[in-house]
Amino acid sequence: MQKTETTYKPLESSLLNVFDQHKNVLFNGCHPKVDQARKEAFEFLRKNGLPTRKDEKWKNSPFPKQYEENYLIDVPSASYDKHVNEIFHCEVHGFEAQTYSLLNGWYYSPEEKQLQTLDNGVVVGSMLKAQKAYPEIFNTYFGQTANHQQDGFAAANTALFRDGIFIYVPDGVEVENTMQLIKMINREEPLMVNSRNLIILGKNSKLTFMHCDDSVNHFSSFINTLTEVFLDENAYFDLYKLQNINDNTSLLNNTYFRQEAKSRLRVNVLSLNGGKIRNELHVDLMGEYAEADLNGVYLMDKQQHIDNQVFVNHAKPNCYSNELFKGVLDEEASGIFNGYIFVARDAQNTNAFQRNNNILMTPKAVIDTMPFLEIYADDVKCSHGATIGQLDNEAMFYLMQRGISKSDARLLLMYAFLAEVTTKVSIDALRNNYEDMIKRRLRGELSICERCVLHCSMPDKPVEFEIDMSKI
Amino acid sequence: MLLNIKNLNVAIDGKEILKGLNLGVNKGEVHAIMGPNGTGKSTLAAAITGREGYEITQGEILYDGEVINDMDPDERANKGIFLSFQYPVEIPGVSMTNFMRTAINAQREFSGQPPIPAGEFLKKMEEKKKLVDIHSKLTKRSVNEGFSGGEKKKNEIFQMAMLEPKLAILDETDSGLDIDALKVVAKGVNELRSEDNAFIVITHYQRLLEYIVPDFVHVIYDGQIVKSGGKGLALELEEKGYDWIIDKIEA
Repeated sequence: MQKTETTYKPLESSLLNVFDQHKNVLFNGCHPKVDQARKEAFEFLRKNGLPTRKDEKWKNSPFPKQYEENYLIDVPSASYDKHVNEIFHCEVHGFEAQTYSLLNGWYYSPEEKQLQTLDNGVVVGSMLKAQKAYPEIFNTYFGQTANHQQDGFAAANTALFRDGIFIYVPDGVEVENTMQLIKMINREEPLMVNSRNLIILGKNSKLTFMHCDDSVNHFSSFINTLTEVFLDENAYFDLYKLQNINDNTSLLNNTYFRQEAKSRLRVNVLSLNGGKIRNELHVDLMGEYAEADLNGVYLMDKQQHIDNQVFVNHAKPNCYSNELFKGVLDEEASGIFNGYIFVARDAQNTNAFQRNNNILMTPKAVIDTMPFLEIYADDVKCSHGATIGQLDNEAMFYLMQRGISKSDARLLLMYAFLAEVTTKVSIDALRNNYEDMIKRRLRGELSICERCVLHCSMPDKPVEFEIDMSKI
Repeated sequence: MLLNIKNLNVAIDGKEILKGLNLGVNKGEVHAIMGPNGTGKSTLAAAITGREGYEITQGEILYDGEVINDMDPDERANKGIFLSFQYPVEIPGVSMTNFMRTAINAQREFSGQPPIPAGEFLKKMEEKKKLVDIHSKLTKRSVNEGFSGGEKKKNEIFQMAMLEPKLAILDETDSGLDIDALKVVAKGVNELRSEDNAFIVITHYQRLLEYIVPDFVHVIYDGQIVKSGGKGLALELEEKGYDWIIDKIEA
């Protein structure tokens, strides 16, 4: 049904108004392909609005509650204040990372570094600048894996994004140091940020990338990020997502991957805290012998919400995909796991596995977990499994019989439950850091300000949160 | 007396399993508990160690002069009570090393000592591993995960050696062991025997008692100790079975 003006929610009206008001700047200096996508996306948004709970993929989602909020949608880029970058250094010992950042959706760097070519030939910088400098790349890749008409959020992102990070790794280049993107939100009012990223890995190239949503101030923001990633033949992309934001912020992290033959993708999503988080991973396996290993850990409490949507499209034969998502939900937290595997008729010899395990600590915590397999090939190995449970009493007694206190025994088992995922983090220093953050999150010793680079002085005391171990 | 059990009645889900059991164990002694299946041997171990679901309806367990009926399992453990499990639990994700260090530090904290220094801990691990012939690779793995039956039982004795309990209960440690593994386990136990500790060895068979020689042998039947004797009783049981004792009671 087509929307009319009277049925738009405040957020929908704001999105449409901003587009109308800012047309001049939105279409100024963008690639023709971007312009075309914006127009189509705007039309889609105007007709369909944002998704509702009647949409199958948004069933049970609390995101529509946010449509009543008034967010400031398009803010000008802040001038570069090197203060933030100078005081930031990655706390992970033994972990070498090159840091880049976005502030309120804008690529944040000194003018001369807005788009740079590194010594190894890698191009990194602002999406806005890259469109002008590399029109042929945008011609080939922009909008080629993301569907900007998938839903209202993808459409809003496409219609309204101003900036984001652009990375191009040429053929044969193996990037040694991890690239880290820190997304900062720092305005004195609730902000909606639509940022757009494009990452391209050439043939036989390698990149480790860390995407941190952990530097958001205490206002209630709405982050709507869309990232397109292309892995050419035999490329290897190792992606880490770290999410640690306040209880009022909504985070929608939508990532599309297109993989060519023999490429390998590994994703690790660590959701430590946040009001509402939705991660969508869309993986198109478009070449034979491509592999995707998709993993996630989530720890939610209070009335927080976590949603992991994983779509894997086995379009070609001989590909492998594996999904492993594990989480703990306490108090009144809620979660969704939706794993969708599509195996095309020609995709023989497909291996596709999926597992989602949950521990619920209270009767009020909820998880909806839905495996969905659609298989048209006849020679495939596919499996799925979902569990919802509690800690093993036998193991509890075993630990306590060795003198370990009840609370420590619970912590050990909880930690062990999640370890199956964290052990897959291949960088030792990073894995130790992940494990440490999980331990402290479980003990209630991790603050959302911990890794935040804003160093703002909070009006109240920092938000502390805790998974209550006594309730298991 | 290290352990003094008086008129112990224990029920599971309202069903009485132990019905007025009495047992006294002094330091330096090894007691063997024998008896047919389902007569209460493992229930006794569970009651002494404080396992959830085993309700003491009557009687007392005194350990080192203190009634421990309502004490939490971890506190009993830290006071020196150790159970070698009949079925050791696999705990994926918890490394043996991390597990043992956590356990030793819990014990040290309980007795007011600082955490064990890393070097001292590793040295102790190496030393105790030799005692039960455990390969280094096992301690690098998760607790009991993928261990064979024999390795699991050796691992129990290894943990016992690490924690140095005052009272160790071996619950059918011999079940599922071949003769070589049995000898290794028995050797480990014998090396740990001293004037300051005591052992309760629960077993079906006399075989283990050839290697771990008990000072006393008790027969449990229908929730009570119905016959006690010296090590000769085990041989007699091996030869004649339990029927002659049961017949006598029921007659």
